[in-house]
Amino acid sequence: MTENFKWYKKGMRDGIPIALGYFAVAFTLGIVAKKAGLTAFQAMLAAGLTNASAGGYAGFALIAENAGYLEVAITELIVNARYLLMSCALSQKLSPNTSLLHRAIIGFDVTDEIFGISVSVKGTLNPYYNYGAMSVSIPGWALGAFLGVVMGNVMPPSIVSALSVGLYGMFLAIIIPKARENKVIAAIILISMSLSLALAKLPVISQVSSGIRVIILTVVISLAAAILFPVKEEENEA
Amino acid sequence: MKHNVYIYILVMAAVIYLIRLLPLTLIRKKITNITLRSFLFYMPYVTLAVMTFPAIIEATESIWSGTAALLVGAVLAYFGIGLFGVAVSSCAVVFVVELIIRSFS
Repeated sequence: MTENFKWYKKGMRDGIPIALGYFAVAFTLGIVAKKAGLTAFQAMLAAGLTNASAGGYAGFALIAENAGYLEVAITELIVNARYLLMSCALSQKLSPNTSLLHRAIIGFDVTDEIFGISVSVKGTLNPYYNYGAMSVSIPGWALGAFLGVVMGNVMPPSIVSALSVGLYGMFLAIIIPKARENKVIAAIILISMSLSLALAKLPVISQVSSGIRVIILTVVISLAAAILFPVKEEENEA
Repeated sequence: MKHNVYIYILVMAAVIYLIRLLPLTLIRKKITNITLRSFLFYMPYVTLAVMTFPAIIEATESIWSGTAALLVGAVLAYFGIGLFGVAVSSCAVVFVVELIIRSFS
């Protein structure tokens, strides 16, 4: 069994919980798409090509209002700007020799979740790991959107509610083990969550979209940590 | 004027793809600046923490089920249960807690 195939299989395995979570989220996204007047096929196409939840919601809301194309473009740029930061970080996980084609395919599916599992891989990132995860998560996402349009509200709310925490559970499984071995990261996680709660509840600031809040907090906290606790070369490779 | 849905989808997809693609293709070397490297090292944990909380307790029908999912998920993750185990357990906790809440209300 080749190295690449091993990584592909590992990616598929880690992609399964992502696909399940995506299915549930995309299902609700499909309901929004239906309200915006999209057919099931259009919703599936939009989901499969964008692989973005907040971006999807924002886009469908604008389509429902018959907004201009430029407005859609600018909104998507703002709502999805955090992916720019994630791709910057991912560029450092890849071997410098990684071909342009591999980079282009990985770039198609830099989502919060795929990013999360990719950075938690030890050492350099093998592109086939991402391909494995993509091959189950993209169909889960697209199929969820399709069925959301077709089946509307038949899924019991108790199931939708339960599935909605799956992706957050996964995030915990990525960050908490790292916090256990690195005290700086543990402190950073606590500070991040506290400030995130504060910004979500404060008047005025809470009006700012959650995508923008994520970017502001990410830049401020990461920069402070980088200046106060610069990381030595070896730790960075972990 | 009624806009075309397929052009909408194309615009969405193109903008989102470019955001993800450009850093991956333009930054091809290892960054040597320590501060920048450290920034990119810490960044994922900050982003994921910020996105998880308080969203996890607001995603569910009751904040109690979301809080229970957060606590159980964090404990399981601390003891090294993998992605799938933590994700599924969190969902199960929400389902059970909401079942209990409903039976009492």
